[in-house]
Amino acid sequence: MNAIEVKGVRKTFRLKGGLLGADRHVVAVDDVSFAVPTGGVLGIVGESGCGKSTLARLILGLLEPDAGEIAIEGQRVTDMDRRARARLIQPVFQDPFASLNPLARVRDIVAMPLKAQGDLPTHEIAKRVDDMLSRVGLSKEMGQRLPAELSGGQRQRVAIARALVLRPRIVVCDEPTSALDVSVQAQILNLLAELRRDLGLTYLFISHNLAVVEHVASDVAVMYLGRFVERAPTESLFRAPEHPYTKALLASVLTPEPGLGVPDVGLGETLPDPADIPLGCRFHPRCPIAEPRCAVETPPLKPRPTGGVECLLAS
Amino acid sequence: MSTLLEIEQLEVEFGRTAAVRGASLTVERGETHCLVGESGCGKSVTALSVMNLLARGARRRARRLAFEGLDLPGLSESGMAHLRGNAMAMIFQEPMTSLNPAYTVGSQMTEVLRRHKRASRRTALDRAADLLARVGITAPGLRLGQFPHQLSGGLRQRVMIAMALMCEPRLLIADEPTTALDVTVQAQILRLLASLQRDLGLGMLLITHDLGIVARVAHRVSVMYAGEVVESAATAELFANPRHPYTQGLLRCVPVPGRIKRDEPLGSIPGTVPRIGPGFEGCAFRERCGFGDETCHQAIPRHAAGPTHEFLCRLPA
Amino acid sequence: MSVSSVTSGPRRGWRSLSTWIGAVIVGVAAICAIFAPLLVPHDPFAQDLGKRLLVPFWMEGSDPSHVLGTDQLGRDYLSRLIYGCRISMLIGVTVSVVSGLIGITLGVLGGFLGGRVDDAVLFAITTRLSIPVVLVALAVVGLLGSSMTLLVLTLGLLLWDRFAVVARSTTMQVRNLDFVAAAWCAGCSRFRILIGEVLPNIASHLVVVATLEIALAILLEAALSFLGLGVPPPLPSWGLMIAEAKDYMFFSPWVIVIPGVALFVLVMGINLLGDGLRDLLGARSAP
Repeated sequence: MNAIEVKGVRKTFRLKGGLLGADRHVVAVDDVSFAVPTGGVLGIVGESGCGKSTLARLILGLLEPDAGEIAIEGQRVTDMDRRARARLIQPVFQDPFASLNPLARVRDIVAMPLKAQGDLPTHEIAKRVDDMLSRVGLSKEMGQRLPAELSGGQRQRVAIARALVLRPRIVVCDEPTSALDVSVQAQILNLLAELRRDLGLTYLFISHNLAVVEHVASDVAVMYLGRFVERAPTESLFRAPEHPYTKALLASVLTPEPGLGVPDVGLGETLPDPADIPLGCRFHPRCPIAEPRCAVETPPLKPRPTGGVECLLAS
Repeated sequence: MSTLLEIEQLEVEFGRTAAVRGASLTVERGETHCLVGESGCGKSVTALSVMNLLARGARRRARRLAFEGLDLPGLSESGMAHLRGNAMAMIFQEPMTSLNPAYTVGSQMTEVLRRHKRASRRTALDRAADLLARVGITAPGLRLGQFPHQLSGGLRQRVMIAMALMCEPRLLIADEPTTALDVTVQAQILRLLASLQRDLGLGMLLITHDLGIVARVAHRVSVMYAGEVVESAATAELFANPRHPYTQGLLRCVPVPGRIKRDEPLGSIPGTVPRIGPGFEGCAFRERCGFGDETCHQAIPRHAAGPTHEFLCRLPA
Repeated sequence: MSVSSVTSGPRRGWRSLSTWIGAVIVGVAAICAIFAPLLVPHDPFAQDLGKRLLVPFWMEGSDPSHVLGTDQLGRDYLSRLIYGCRISMLIGVTVSVVSGLIGITLGVLGGFLGGRVDDAVLFAITTRLSIPVVLVALAVVGLLGSSMTLLVLTLGLLLWDRFAVVARSTTMQVRNLDFVAAAWCAGCSRFRILIGEVLPNIASHLVVVATLEIALAILLEAALSFLGLGVPPPLPSWGLMIAEAKDYMFFSPWVIVIPGVALFVLVMGINLLGDGLRDLLGARSAP
């Protein structure tokens, strides 16, 4: 049984046009299907507007899909009540400033999911909170502090403690280290890796930072304007990417190697607009190897042993 | 005179916090000097000090702070205003909040030229269209009439760069100009900045936390930690031969795609950045260093490790 | 460090003189309001026609037992002033409580639930804004007679719009923050999220509105009483005192100036304290 199964999920937003403009439809997630095996880590990479955060929110139950099904550990999400879902899947968000209630003490923040379940005695809650705080490397004394008194890295640890206190099976990490300094990023990523091993967790790891994803994920999906354009195990994606967008993303990464200058990624000047998705292959206006038929035909999914790629020009 | 900007022993305090405790660097014509550090190290404050854009209540002192030999703290506010946007320009991190949402792109861009060079509206618009094309924006005439919210992040940042160039500045200060942008757009913007620098002979002070940007774009680098420049060198030298333990730690932390081993933990620096009050003596990095001893509580000398390579540490070579 | 955090100035709070001035004024007013019967030197309703229109202590010929003089019916002015303070504070606070309950509930529900609930709330606010408050209050009191209870109810049912608007907009801001999403994912009920996550973070803004509303209620009551359609005489509302003193304005100006100044000082004190409270409470909260 897969930890997460997503079938044909769609989500569209309607942007009101204001007084004079027409309403625009933003297709944030366009018919996405995938599965994450138990114990795996699926990394989802993509740039702004690709829909990865929307996809995360759909899986977490913060948004309702317009079409398709999402199943967690075999159970359909729409059939579950929120408290049951809370015991299965939890989030860690990007912004350590915004993801903690600024007026609540750390202990209360971590205890909140336990209290929401409603059936645990107070001493048991206190015990679990203490246990979780020490697991994420925070002292008991820090439990009395307010979020403003903690550093970004410490706040993210609190967010992780809160996510894990119910012992969920799956954690959805939406850019968990993007807002942190690089010297602290690794602390958090190492902590996440350790917790995954110790608690047998499955992760859905969303990031725009390819190096981080390479370190963390067993499989990677590349998302562009609402669809997965390529999916492969980490090693093969980074060693031999097939989709032109994946190649461009990898080429854009500025490694700390002096003397190489800034690469010309060759994507041209047009910018992706989720409210105005091109016909045919959605990437063709920016694609360096686009052919005339790419503007007309929608690329089908060409399956690979563990994954697939959506490009008319892939073999 | 090819030294555009000289900063020597800059100190900035807000109330009881010492944000900058002795930063020194120079920027030459045609050179990109990167000021790199993590949050709270004082790099943005340094940039704002040069332009004198600090909050009320900030106290700024420097042994020398000069632009093309002209002493900046000695200038009145109107003297500084004459320089800002004119000979010295600055671009900020958040293109969303750096452009005024109530005015069109065209009116914001022309305002700068009309104010400083007393140009007519027609001349200013022509130059604005020129510059928009120069920064790679198609249909510049259309864009001039648009409002900032109608443009994407990457376009807005290009507009900011074009706006900064309106009066042909000689020094460009860029505070994290690509942090809020997607990685593919980032590469385009950085290439643009590099080509503009070559063509216009600009000197650039680029502030960033991203060592990848530093490696690819900078001629010289200054590394800041807790308000001080702890190491400075030419780029290649810094990456090949980092001497300060913080620089070494930082370089270990940056994951490089293609060279990552999944099962090994990533390099990190334990602990957090300390808060420095007035009267702090010694090395601010000593709690996290791993190499220090009691002498690190005393004043730290500056060593030279090469003709253009300096660092602040007590430890022997 | 973002540019905005560097360029914003210091906040007020406990160190600010204006907050202390406001606190002192409101404190004195609260003491007068609560302990009025113990503080008054004379019975504010006791008439003494032999001692009419005595001058206050700073003028010649004053009577030491009536520090602020007497009014046209010989009633001690200081005592009436203190009792008037009690009335003003009572009306101000109770009206704010009533309008606050209505407005905050509507605003928070509309802002949090969105959709049709929000449409209904907006409609209610728009409707309320098109009602002329003073005229309706006058009409109600004119038809049903004046009494404290009626006045409080009427004003309370009319003055909730600012609470609703501020509660709604701040709730909408907070609703989008990640910690609310985290509470949702943790399985918290909507009620728990509203009470535990949203309300504390919007409280500072509501405090400012509350102080404005208290001040507004006090001024409205004074205006209505001045017109004879507020608090019924012989209750010494400051507005009523001003109305009664109208006829003696040129001969005995203190009779009209004293309650006028008192009104001004009290309203200003409430606003100063409100500003200070907002800075204190709002320093840490979310929006």
